[in-house]
Amino acid sequence: MAPAVMLAAADAPKLSSANTGFMLICSALVMLMTPGLAFFYGGMVRVKSTLNMLMMSFISLGIITILWVLYGFSMAFGSDHGSLVGWTSDFVGFGGIGKTDLWPGYTIPVFVFAVFQMMFAIITPALISGALADRVKFTAWSLFVVLWATIVYFPVAHWVWGTGGWAFDLGVIDFAGGTAVHINAGAAALGVILVIGKRVGFKKDPMRPHSLPLVMLGAGLLWFGWFGFNAGSWLGNDDGVGPLMFVNTQIATAAAMLAWLGYEKVRHGACTTLGAASGAVAGLVAITPSGGAVSPLGAIAVGAVAGVLCAMAVGLKYRFGYDDSLDVVGVHMVGGVIGSLLIGLFASGKGQSDVKGLFYGGGLDQFWKQCAGVFAVLAYSLVASAVLAFLIDKAIGMRVPEDEEISGIDRAEHAETAYDFSGAGGGAAGVLAAHAATQSKQSKKVDA
Amino acid sequence: MKLITAVVKPHRLDEIKEALQAFGVHGLTVTEASGYGRQRGHTEVYRGAEYTVDLVPKIRIEVLAEDDDAEQLIEVVVKAARTGKIGDGKVWSLPVDTAVRVRTGERGPDAL
Repeated sequence: MAPAVMLAAADAPKLSSANTGFMLICSALVMLMTPGLAFFYGGMVRVKSTLNMLMMSFISLGIITILWVLYGFSMAFGSDHGSLVGWTSDFVGFGGIGKTDLWPGYTIPVFVFAVFQMMFAIITPALISGALADRVKFTAWSLFVVLWATIVYFPVAHWVWGTGGWAFDLGVIDFAGGTAVHINAGAAALGVILVIGKRVGFKKDPMRPHSLPLVMLGAGLLWFGWFGFNAGSWLGNDDGVGPLMFVNTQIATAAAMLAWLGYEKVRHGACTTLGAASGAVAGLVAITPSGGAVSPLGAIAVGAVAGVLCAMAVGLKYRFGYDDSLDVVGVHMVGGVIGSLLIGLFASGKGQSDVKGLFYGGGLDQFWKQCAGVFAVLAYSLVASAVLAFLIDKAIGMRVPEDEEISGIDRAEHAETAYDFSGAGGGAAGVLAAHAATQSKQSKKVDA
Repeated sequence: MKLITAVVKPHRLDEIKEALQAFGVHGLTVTEASGYGRQRGHTEVYRGAEYTVDLVPKIRIEVLAEDDDAEQLIEVVVKAARTGKIGDGKVWSLPVDTAVRVRTGERGPDAL
């Protein structure tokens, strides 16, 4: 008995300080992506809705953190129930997790895995917000984040990454969230905007980005944080897959940025900063599911294809008349689909597994599996999100009144404006604002 | 007295300021303005969507002058502002009833 016990103890993974430290840093990097996304989106809207755009991302840092601790982690990564959802009561409130308990099969504590995945759950609803710019009540958005995470994100994360989840068992490859994060968020965005409708003045008024420098800053932060998102998703560096993912992340992003800029130069005659930022993000999205499966040359192909196709996809909203304000569908859903499906063609068999794609002699087996994962998540998220938006709209209304949307959602919903253009600033403005607030309360009473 | 107002291309501001100083003008007011005349706007492209921007950035310069100097001053401004290309702007003058120097209370031409 004794030797067997000793043998088992020797085989079981031990806590690795290196992997644990690496994963804590990766978690912080992924956390930084949400503020990065806030700036990426915030710079793209008009001056009057900058703060609302920033807040739609930041509120997710608050709401999802609490939900994740209370029940989200359990739903996503608890023991499987019917291949559809997880639940482990020890995970509820993080109550039954010991500080040295290891995540099964890995060399990092459960807490580290839980906080790393928490950051993914935070950024996914934040991604949706870009499609809803300028027009959604902040309370309605907050409620949507709670319900969407519960009904869509936590189960879908379980399908794709949870032991026993149906997509995981089928062999769908999603290294870091092409399906669970990007297709999921992009399809949700499409579902919601089909319910809530267009911004006032869509296709008529110019809706130029108010600050492209903020967009570039946000894209830079996203790019930086994405190394944690992607390389960290292998949960350790002992077999070299994480580092391969890191390298491929850089390669595909560069290729996609160049591809988007090239497309623009040919089509519109200029290489724009917004194009560079968008191309980089499209590349990051596309390499997210695929970076562990493809070779570095494959990463160039994935990036280049995503750069061109996403640049073309962002124009579709004008043709079909849906107001995907900041191109969440065009970049995240389309980029996620491209990255996920290209695994079926470019998987080299030398990365995370020996699965080979069509171009490496593996036939179309993996491609069909990828299709199943992609379209199941896309369809579920699209329908569930549209239903949620419809129900919230019936209950409390999704949109701000039209006059508030025109005069600016920042002032109406947050009682602030992003920039002080007066130059005078300071005390006098404060007194006036306090006065105005009292008056508007009075006028509301009169209205009622 | 006359109020001379010039709405011109922003990059001509330094030339105009120097020319006015050489002429002996002691003070002027500059504001950032936007508008269009025959130049109309320009086109910008964001993610493939082309926007026509009607309003072009301009600088508005305001100078008070004595009646006798006004015509000459307008010529000075026009000469300094001109590039010969479309969108150079406009200069006009209006009669002014009174002007007061706030610090001393001087009125009329003495206040200039």
